[in-house]
Amino acid sequence: MASTVGVIFSSTNDENVPELTKVRSKGSIPYGGRYRLVDFALSCMVNSGITTVGMITKNNYQSLMDHLGSGKEWDLARKEGGLILLPPYSDETEMLYRNRLEGLKGSSAFLRKCKEDFVVVADSDAVYKIDYSKVIEQHAKTNADLTLVYHEHECGEVNSYMMFETDKNEKIVSVDVNQPSSGVRKHYINVFVARTSYLLNLIQTAIARGYSSFSGDIVMPAAKSGNIYGYKYEGYYQNIDSLSSYFKANMDLLDKDIRSQLFGDRDIYTKVNDAPPAKFAESAKVVNSLIHDGCLIEGTVENCILFRGVKVGKGTTLKNCIIMSENFIGDDCNLSYVVSDKDVSVSNGTTLAGCKQKPYFINKGTQI
Amino acid sequence: MLRKKECVAMLLAGGQGSRLYALTSNIAKPAVCFGAKYRIIDFPLSNCINSGIDTVGVLTQYQPLVLNEYVGNGQPWDLDRTFGGVHILSPYEAKTDTSWYKGTANAIYQNIRFIKMYDPEYVLILSGDHIYKMDYDKMLEAHKAAGAACTIACMQVPMKEASRFGILNTNPDGSIYEFEEKPKQPKSDLASMGIYIFTASKLYKYLELDEKDPKSEKDFGKNVLPAMLNAGEKMYSYRFEGYWKDVGTISSLWEANMDLLGDAPKFDLRDTQRVIHSRSPLAPPAYVEGEVINSMIANGCEIEGTVINSVIGTNCVIEKGATVKDCVLMGNTVVKSGAKVNYSIIDEEVTIGKKTTVGDVIEKASKLEGKTSGIAVLGRGITVSDGASVPAGEIIDKNV
Repeated sequence: MASTVGVIFSSTNDENVPELTKVRSKGSIPYGGRYRLVDFALSCMVNSGITTVGMITKNNYQSLMDHLGSGKEWDLARKEGGLILLPPYSDETEMLYRNRLEGLKGSSAFLRKCKEDFVVVADSDAVYKIDYSKVIEQHAKTNADLTLVYHEHECGEVNSYMMFETDKNEKIVSVDVNQPSSGVRKHYINVFVARTSYLLNLIQTAIARGYSSFSGDIVMPAAKSGNIYGYKYEGYYQNIDSLSSYFKANMDLLDKDIRSQLFGDRDIYTKVNDAPPAKFAESAKVVNSLIHDGCLIEGTVENCILFRGVKVGKGTTLKNCIIMSENFIGDDCNLSYVVSDKDVSVSNGTTLAGCKQKPYFINKGTQI
Repeated sequence: MLRKKECVAMLLAGGQGSRLYALTSNIAKPAVCFGAKYRIIDFPLSNCINSGIDTVGVLTQYQPLVLNEYVGNGQPWDLDRTFGGVHILSPYEAKTDTSWYKGTANAIYQNIRFIKMYDPEYVLILSGDHIYKMDYDKMLEAHKAAGAACTIACMQVPMKEASRFGILNTNPDGSIYEFEEKPKQPKSDLASMGIYIFTASKLYKYLELDEKDPKSEKDFGKNVLPAMLNAGEKMYSYRFEGYWKDVGTISSLWEANMDLLGDAPKFDLRDTQRVIHSRSPLAPPAYVEGEVINSMIANGCEIEGTVINSVIGTNCVIEKGATVKDCVLMGNTVVKSGAKVNYSIIDEEVTIGKKTTVGDVIEKASKLEGKTSGIAVLGRGITVSDGASVPAGEIIDKNV
């Protein structure tokens, strides 16, 4: 593959999921029993042969740093390149970056030092598995200025802020930003590719001219006159822009095909924690669920995702729940459609229920 | 300033483990899987780091590939250090006297230069075939307090089993006056656990003496320890109370796995005080749809069949309609639909075909005698073809 550097936004539109981002950034939202959202963009980069990744951080990035560590789980603890955290950049105005372009500005010093010809810029707001090297390949072949990755799906299923039309050569011919739409459309999935030199120029121009919107100030005008292409990604895609889409993205993993598409090759990397294997007692009954190492199941668990070290007491029933790590659920409880953040303790005999569209959310560290 | 370590551990991991038969055809005993996601060597290595010992030499000889790969740079145990850490020590060629390790004592003798690099005051000798959690630091404190030349960890065993072990005969203050290797008529029930702490200078001295003795078998238990005692060195016993299991046979390996199960397991891996570290494989959480009772399931499994009283290792697939009961599956194994697997130990990467029968129900099979006490054993990478059957107590190391 052509030499490529990666840049990841670990924190975009965090306000869409206030429950989960209260104590962390978007990228470190726990997912699927053991992962964090950032694992997808990061692992895909590594699997595409990228060995230098800059991680743009914004607010609350302690949990992200804790998760990433030196980057060794992604083979990114390197002498040359590797994982480089790019903490919030603030200029004279001493404000955090307000948009994507300002965020990228903070990474320009990093990018200037990189010798790589191409750059992949991705958000960590979604669950997907893509081979970025294919995007680079198309980008080089079409000699595009920018290549934007899109996923085709019905509007309304998964919301996105930018949709576009492409011609038969995948050249983008029209762009819709934040407009209601219907039917199957091409949704931008917040991944783009450019030549490193082109992106650096673009950032400089954007600053000079006071651009604030990547979609409005760059993609829209470029689509009229420029040289900007789409790349069709066809695998599983679910972005996390609300608690209900978070819930759906997790429950999708109970589908064998989706599970094997994402994890069949065992190449989504994440931080390793040494927990003993999950233990099932005589009284355990488990149906259609994901159970991580460290769990102790004495009750009934149905259609659930249990993270590391969850204890489910005797006589307790969990249905359609997402229970994050180190939760303690006592005896004779009844929980349905509950999303419980880390380190929660639920005392004996508690009943809690939400619904599919609006799961009942329990804050990190709560005792009920 | 010259840097040094107070205590260096030497882990004897070269044994073949011939009584594990097919399970050690291609790998050394310390690399054998245990408890769904561990290997035996995780226990001594984790004990070392949990006891503050960060320099460990691992002596390998027999089939070291899997073991070397597994230990790697020691990072899973926090044993990747700039000074110290874990080191694999294999037999090497020298200008004169090139040889394999001739015995436990000779293996350490050949690596005295490694130990001296760290200039330790004490050397801890461990073996790689026991399942236990132990604070070696407490033992070291006792060794120092007694001013001993050598301290031997021991535990009480049933008198009728005592003749299988090295037995320590001690004075009331814990000092040893006699050491008997596998005595026919044991005088005490204190068995050596094969864990020794030596004051380094004494170790060097007696290893060199033993090396010069042509009649010696170069073994700690048979030669070095008795020689020290005869020379009048201060030798002490250190009583260990807790779970300790030698997993050198098929039936003891099976039992040790079963000791992890139940509401109040004999050996509790969930105790967070002393975490056993391992090279945790990268796998999603286990997917469970079937009936799972009184069992342990590691990450990466897909369980759609029935699992009862069993320990199931990473990335196993139990298809719908398959039953696994009273078994140990080490990992990456597929049990296809309609298969009935009872009272067995199944090594890694095994495929058990549709409608096969492996082993017999525990009630019948456990009454059998023989090498495995009725436990069926399938070696690494075996395929049992559809419809085939493996009788109770069989050891299989070729496809059937």
